[in-house]
Amino acid sequence: MEDFLNPAYLASFFILVGIYAIFTLGLNVHWGYTGIFNFGVAGFFAVGAYTTAILTKQPATGDYSEYIGGFGLPFVVGVLGAGVACAILAFIIGIPTLRLREDYLAIVTIGVAESLRRVFLNEDWLANGPNGMIGIPQPLHGLVDPADYNYVFLPIVAVILLLVYLAVERGIRSPWGRVLRAIREDEVTAQASGKDIFAFKMQAFVFGAFIMGIGGAVYAHHIRAITPDTFTPFFGTFLIWVMLIVGGSGNNKGAILGSLVIWFIWSRSDWLLNHVPADQQARMDYSRNLLIGLLIVILVLVRPKGILGEEKRVSVYVDKEHPSEQAHLAAKASAGEDAGDSS
Amino acid sequence: MAQLVVNGLLVGSIIALGAIGLTLIYGILKFAHFAHGDLMTVGAYVAFFAFAQGGSRIAPLSFGWSMIPAILLAMIVGGALSVGIDRVVYRPLRKKKAGFVILAIGSLGMAMILRSIVYLVWGPKQHFYVSGVQKAWNLPFDIKIKPDQLFIGLAALVTVALVYFLLYRTRLGRAMRATADNMELAQVAGIDTERVVLWTWMIGGALAGLAGVLLGIQSHLMPEMGFIFMLPLFAASILGGVGSPHGALVGALIVGVSQEVSTEWISPAYKPTVAFVLLFIILLIRPRGIFGTKV
Repeated sequence: MEDFLNPAYLASFFILVGIYAIFTLGLNVHWGYTGIFNFGVAGFFAVGAYTTAILTKQPATGDYSEYIGGFGLPFVVGVLGAGVACAILAFIIGIPTLRLREDYLAIVTIGVAESLRRVFLNEDWLANGPNGMIGIPQPLHGLVDPADYNYVFLPIVAVILLLVYLAVERGIRSPWGRVLRAIREDEVTAQASGKDIFAFKMQAFVFGAFIMGIGGAVYAHHIRAITPDTFTPFFGTFLIWVMLIVGGSGNNKGAILGSLVIWFIWSRSDWLLNHVPADQQARMDYSRNLLIGLLIVILVLVRPKGILGEEKRVSVYVDKEHPSEQAHLAAKASAGEDAGDSS
Repeated sequence: MAQLVVNGLLVGSIIALGAIGLTLIYGILKFAHFAHGDLMTVGAYVAFFAFAQGGSRIAPLSFGWSMIPAILLAMIVGGALSVGIDRVVYRPLRKKKAGFVILAIGSLGMAMILRSIVYLVWGPKQHFYVSGVQKAWNLPFDIKIKPDQLFIGLAALVTVALVYFLLYRTRLGRAMRATADNMELAQVAGIDTERVVLWTWMIGGALAGLAGVLLGIQSHLMPEMGFIFMLPLFAASILGGVGSPHGALVGALIVGVSQEVSTEWISPAYKPTVAFVLLFIILLIRPRGIFGTKV
């Protein structure tokens, strides 16, 4: 445990928790609030990471490396550009799929993620093929010794996560957010209330994808080297799904908590990995995947609501306008009754 | 070109075996079964385990007689495994009236479990049922075909014919089609739908097991083989219209031929992408598929 409490390790641990929390919040907008079944998070992850690499790196030298762009733009432009690229991708995917049953979107997003991975792998001119993009620049890099850089990057990630969190919370606690939840619960009823289902779903899909693009960009600037193999469905999609389900989909705090819990389990099993004999290490890796698979199945069977469960009330006004109800709930709680799901 | 079409029909017939099972499950249980490709992988590896290069060689084919029981074993394991998974995972979810999305997420978890087990037991390396290059026969129009490929085509053809007989000429088949059409109505008509579900898994799993072995004969075994096949399987099912077995067959042949013919112009690495592009186009212009009646 002492190596875990080492400040340098803790900094990099919390950077990755923060990055995964950004993704999980994006997925929460898709799945948790709107019921959009995105199984291709890895695709948005990859597009976000590659977009920022192309925007912020210097042009390719031609020796052993080849990629388009290399505009040398600042970090902020790279991150926002990554978000925009993912938003455009989501818009294109959304056109044929958001009108159909949810599982078609799942199949299409898996297909997009897998196809994009193949494009990045096989088109050397685009982003250096299987060798990937290395030496992605980091913001404020000159400020400190490279060994201490994580202490600079951690607050940057924290600020971005906070901004994303506030944006999602603001959206979800607005009338717009309540329409999304109405769509998730019952599309026909929402439609009967005069809501344009397709438009709302598209907005949520694009918004969530924008957040995932930001996550991908921040990841790229942290890891500094990305290859197509980073974005396998396993690492890029399922881990994030587990984080959301564990924390409680439909709950932004749950999404962040899930990222923390699962990344802890995942990175600790990594530590375990270094303590098994070398010839068994490959097997350990698969056991870890097996564990995540089992976790998904057990969670949907036993506790589909996650640790925190869904937050039922998401209006900024409800507390103010119904003081009597609040008092009533408090009284119920103090009387030892279960005031939980009854609301 | 003619050669690519022939190869495509062969790959298509393997896809068809998987896609018919997938479309039946999709039609009757109404959820996207993401573990179907990985069931194929398990089938292929079970046959590898049972086959062990045994038996005297069947004349022009590359493998020995023990392949026949190995195939049967793969089909039995595929069917029994599917029924077992249904009992442990999907049926409890159905009982809880979980939505089809929850079932699909569960099946994705199952896919990861199956693939991890294949990795753990047999390792990440490629395996061949029989190594070495087989001499191809020359047919008219410059078409070359290996005896093994002919075996694959025939095995798929016979199996598809049997499935058709079962679906359209037996009481069970009629019950299955009725359940796929409307489960409540089928129940009212006195059909034991849980029994239908059981048989659906058995047949779907067995077909997936066979498809896996044939895919292994066609190329080689690797733990990701089924996952890579997942996109073509879904493309074929949706292209043909979800729930329609003959749609899945036609869809599979279209996907198989498109994938192979595309290699004339683009890298073979994009084969699954070709399946995906087909899927995207069909969703754009006719989401219910060629033979489908509803979305």
